[in-house]
Amino acid sequence: MNGRRIWIAYATIVRKETARFIRIWQQSLLPPVITTSLYFVIFGNLIGPRIGVMDGHRYIDFIVPGLILMAVLTNAYTNVSSSFFSAKFQRSIEELQVSPTPNSIILLGYASGGVMRGILVGFIVTIISLFFSELSIHNYWIMASVIVLTAVLFSLAGFLNGMFAKKFDDVSIIPTFILTPLTYLGGIFYTIKLLPAFWQGVSHMNPILYMINAFRYGFLGVTDIHLGVSYAIILLFTLGLFCLNLKLLNRGVGLRR
Amino acid sequence: MTAALSISRLRKTYPNGMVALNGVDLTVEQGDFFALLGRNGAGKSTAIGIISSLVNKSGGRVKIFDADIDENFARAKSYLGVVPQEFNFSIFETPLQIVCNQAGYYGLGKALARARAEQYLKQLGLWEHRANMAQTLSGGMKRRLMIARALMHQPKLLILDEPTAGVDIEIRRSMWNYLTRINQRGVTIILTTHYLEEAESLCRNVAIIDRGELIANTSTRKLLETVRQETYVLDLDAAIDAKLLQKIQRETYTLDADKSLREFPHDRAERWRLLPPASLEVDVPKTSTVNLIFDQLGRHGIRVRSMRNKTNRLERLFLDLVDRDAARGDRVTAGGAA
Repeated sequence: MNGRRIWIAYATIVRKETARFIRIWQQSLLPPVITTSLYFVIFGNLIGPRIGVMDGHRYIDFIVPGLILMAVLTNAYTNVSSSFFSAKFQRSIEELQVSPTPNSIILLGYASGGVMRGILVGFIVTIISLFFSELSIHNYWIMASVIVLTAVLFSLAGFLNGMFAKKFDDVSIIPTFILTPLTYLGGIFYTIKLLPAFWQGVSHMNPILYMINAFRYGFLGVTDIHLGVSYAIILLFTLGLFCLNLKLLNRGVGLRR
Repeated sequence: MTAALSISRLRKTYPNGMVALNGVDLTVEQGDFFALLGRNGAGKSTAIGIISSLVNKSGGRVKIFDADIDENFARAKSYLGVVPQEFNFSIFETPLQIVCNQAGYYGLGKALARARAEQYLKQLGLWEHRANMAQTLSGGMKRRLMIARALMHQPKLLILDEPTAGVDIEIRRSMWNYLTRINQRGVTIILTTHYLEEAESLCRNVAIIDRGELIANTSTRKLLETVRQETYVLDLDAAIDAKLLQKIQRETYTLDADKSLREFPHDRAERWRLLPPASLEVDVPKTSTVNLIFDQLGRHGIRVRSMRNKTNRLERLFLDLVDRDAARGDRVTAGGAA
């Protein structure tokens, strides 16, 4: 396939993926809006004033970046894992398998679908957060680059999950038992400076901590982690997941008998 | 002549040790209408899966026209269109979306995809249903949708895995006509089917696969020449008595000077069977004719209103071949998990 044909194949996958999550907006776009609104009301308006200031900022302003990023990474992940698994389950993935579309394009197409949903949900949650907090942006470029890179990383992670999943339960186990605990322990609601030294060390093993801190720096200009380290960790995981997914896809893991 | 498909020493052993294909060699010439027959689990779908990159092979080579699937997969796939046995499209998309997306996966631009979608959906009687969700289509429509989808990139080789399974006779006939027209336009077609009259009437060449090995690979005409006997059902104008039938049968064999009617190695009593209310089933060896039987029935005032083949000739031959293959004894190769 030449460059133009490859681009058409890529655009087709992205268009199909985008149409899919928009078609089921009640399942894909509405729930994160409701969930994060509840977070803003409960933690921001009810509990937040009692907590006061966190790392020099109002508590509601402190948690907003983390909540936005949580919505982004969760939706990017679940979009790809559920869509890819559904395609396997319905066997519609065979449409792509029999076509000359390179595996790298299949991977990028699905990941782009996840990024689109993640960013769209992030945008909606950001709009809602304006009703509860006085959002200011410290550095647009850092905020934008972190949100995109995080969405890419978790889309790729979702793809890996979708590839190995054999039943519908398999696509919900990782988000429930791994993703959510790591997100909550990644410093959305607190600065790790509050933790004892041992738990600070443990927190540093959580990759989500680096993303949330870098993203928060984009908004508030405060972070527990050096920005360079955060970017390095995000890029390393993204590259690693891309290579791993591509290798498994080329071997036909979970696809070819 | 160029080979549309060349398979050499193709092997597939599944992780559970089951040997689905055991060194299959097969060549399908360009422009052919080729039947690949076999029982369930014989290895047909595994072979198609390997050709279309849905199954990993354990060994051997597959070449589609000039492209080896291991060395130039993109080119090989661009030559190939596949209509699988099971429905494999998103039921939440419309036929128009399904075929246009497929065109996109082959790099066809929107305008061309839309034009071809209209062409093939109209030809296959699906244009009126283009905006309906695929899940609302009937079984026959879904089968035709998969044919339309496989044709979107205008493949040179079309593989159809039981395309008419579960569709009514009217739609089956229209699909036969459609496939014949496509073949006449130069598209090589490989068909697997359990309707052997389909293979007999459509395909010029046929291969039979059993327990992962080819047990026949020749032209349909040559294969049919090896049929040893045919069974006819004669519809009579009135019921006849069993004793009279025995008498007529005895006289017929007495008159059978060259004994051709006796070639078939069954007991005589099994050769003529009364079917209520007024039909007669007769086994006739290929070396004989039905004239003698007509003469004898006529002599006793019994008139035959119509006559038809009980079983399709290829079906009988197929059963003979696979039974003979099974009788050769146990083999290491088992049937494939198709």
